[in-house]
Amino acid sequence: MDKKTDRFTRTPMREQKPDVRKHNFDEVPCGYSEEEAVREATRCLQCKHAPCINGCPVHIKIPEFLKLIEEKKYSDAAQKIKEDNALPAVCGRVCPQEIQCELKCVLHGKGAPIAIGNLERFAADWQREHQQAPLERCAIKKNGKKVAIVGSGPSGLTVADELIRAGFEVTIFEALHVAGGVLMYGIPEFRLPKRIMQEEIHHLELLGVKIETNFVVGKTAELDDLFSDEYGFDAIYIGSGAGLPVFMGIPGENSVGVYSANEYLTRSNLMGAYKQNATTPISHGKHVVVVGGGNVAMDAARTALRLGAEHSVIIYRRSEVEMPARDEDVQHAKEEGVEFHCLCNPVAILSDAKGVVTGIRSSRMELGELDDSGRARPVAIKDSEFEIACDVVIIAIGNHPNPLIPQTAPDIDISSRGTIIVDETTGRTSKKYVYAGGDIVTGSATVILAMGAGKIAAKSMIEDLL
Amino acid sequence: MHTILKKERLNELVWRYRIAAPKIAKKRQAGQFVIVRVESDGERVPLTIADADASAGWIELIVQAVGHTTTKMSQLNEGDVILDLMGPLGHPTEIKKYGRCLCIGGGVGVAALYSIASALKAAENEVTTIVGARNQNLLLLETELEKVSDRLLIATDDGSKGQHGFVSDVFKKLQAQGEHFDFAIIVGPVMMMKVTSDLTVAAGIKTLVSLNPIMIDGTGMCGGCRVCVNNEIKFACVDGPEFDASGVDWDTVMQRLNAYHDVEKKHQCKLNGLPHDG
Repeated sequence: MDKKTDRFTRTPMREQKPDVRKHNFDEVPCGYSEEEAVREATRCLQCKHAPCINGCPVHIKIPEFLKLIEEKKYSDAAQKIKEDNALPAVCGRVCPQEIQCELKCVLHGKGAPIAIGNLERFAADWQREHQQAPLERCAIKKNGKKVAIVGSGPSGLTVADELIRAGFEVTIFEALHVAGGVLMYGIPEFRLPKRIMQEEIHHLELLGVKIETNFVVGKTAELDDLFSDEYGFDAIYIGSGAGLPVFMGIPGENSVGVYSANEYLTRSNLMGAYKQNATTPISHGKHVVVVGGGNVAMDAARTALRLGAEHSVIIYRRSEVEMPARDEDVQHAKEEGVEFHCLCNPVAILSDAKGVVTGIRSSRMELGELDDSGRARPVAIKDSEFEIACDVVIIAIGNHPNPLIPQTAPDIDISSRGTIIVDETTGRTSKKYVYAGGDIVTGSATVILAMGAGKIAAKSMIEDLL
Repeated sequence: MHTILKKERLNELVWRYRIAAPKIAKKRQAGQFVIVRVESDGERVPLTIADADASAGWIELIVQAVGHTTTKMSQLNEGDVILDLMGPLGHPTEIKKYGRCLCIGGGVGVAALYSIASALKAAENEVTTIVGARNQNLLLLETELEKVSDRLLIATDDGSKGQHGFVSDVFKKLQAQGEHFDFAIIVGPVMMMKVTSDLTVAAGIKTLVSLNPIMIDGTGMCGGCRVCVNNEIKFACVDGPEFDASGVDWDTVMQRLNAYHDVEKKHQCKLNGLPHDG
């Protein structure tokens, strides 16, 4: 390392300026140059015990790939990541590294931890842009077993990657017309360009993974059909996600102009409503209120700005400290002009005679005792109600598990919350040769946790079937 | 590949499509629907499955060219391929031996009605079918419905065929004649379902209505199709499409259907090359 290089200071990533980016759907961070990447990777101390790896739900060999970047072997670095993670270009962008690998970095506290996420993204992007498709998996020996994967979100794709490499014949069944799950319909273009997502999926297809879109497991075929001679699968992995939006149950919620975040983001992302020529309509609200404090709420509030909103407001019932969204996303939203009303809870959505939204009424809240989640419980302050005028309300307060599989597979044990019950160490469900992971098991969580669950299930599927 | 095997014009704006869809044909039951997409970057629209043949591997859809996507679809011909077709979705109609059944419908709702009436008839029910239209040229599936019904009664707004008036008038007449029924299913325009189900429910008949709200994914993910039933939010795609009429909040059903009315008008103008005023 150059003696002048500061071991403790992070190499920043260039970003589009807030007043420019809030009018376009292009990605906000611009990525590292080779020089920046090498400089950042060189800061790594190459600790023998590598605590960062323990912070990663899929255990990427972080010091090894950082070393390869330092040596300017960028494609090798990407390969090293792909040994453990099928979607590095995605995770480099959307993982909450600050509470995972980067939190465990020994530089953390003394200075800034290594920008592991930025470097993961750099390696994956470099390999993709230089079209150095990995060759090692071309000659995979088949083991003769067939596996069906339900859902093509992060956990399903991870299982597909693990099992195709282990010699299985792998088919992913996706209900929508495009593969990718929440990465396609949920996360907006400006955080995760859809082109990159599709290339990561295409990469899996090159390895031999088959993807059947427009196929709703539970409807087009039930689990038992997939085991029958007609389909002939030996095992099934369920990664159908947390698909059922939660509403607040307050008056006016069915008014015209009230969306679940899923609907709003799906219209914009998956159906391309943000493009000029798309046929799927979306309300181009001038005054948009988003209810919720997670990443999805930030995505919705920032999408609204890009669709032309003059005001985009977040209403969150706890304080900013409790906000589950990533700091980076909250920061980006603030820079772009999203207004935050914390410690507020909606009590009614107001509408005109035609049932079209005109505003939202909320109570101010204060924090009380800790609740089951370990966070301070918000309590309404008496006589504190106030109104905000708006023409669109987006509800982003979470999702229930998708009911389609539980409805049609009564022999799978389901929790009272509607999630599929599995043995956490193996991903096995109560039904033989059926495994599950991701949001359908945990309820709404992160991309990388879903991927971690996929890896665990894949491992036990290999054990059980071979 | 979902190839269009047969296309038949039923009236000025309505077509019947027979489409190759072996997996859906095999699973489909009365009352279920599919989601269709006909162009990239296009909408996803729900359409009821009117009929299917599992061994021949096709389903039939009745399409009325009212919006952007249905108009685009009406321009497709035999041999063309439907870009995306997903299903069968929704809970099937609960078919059992109820006794005397009423199947009431209007508009393209008769597509669903036909599949349900067939199934009820096959389950040894006595089926009285009442269908309505503005005039006799707009009546759909009359011959088909006649085959699966013990009797078919018709109402037209202009009196060109059958009872002069609405399907609700036909029901009132039956009621006045002292007829009783054990079960009713109503599928059609929202106002027709509301008015008619108010009467059948008041007459103490267990009544289901098949709702057709705006929908996107069809798998419960977006919540766009939510309806208020017994003061609870339900999703038509995964909880429906049929609901007990006595609990349906019709006002919100109507409000939400009109959400994109203005946008649709613009699309129509674009498709027809007409200027629009918005």
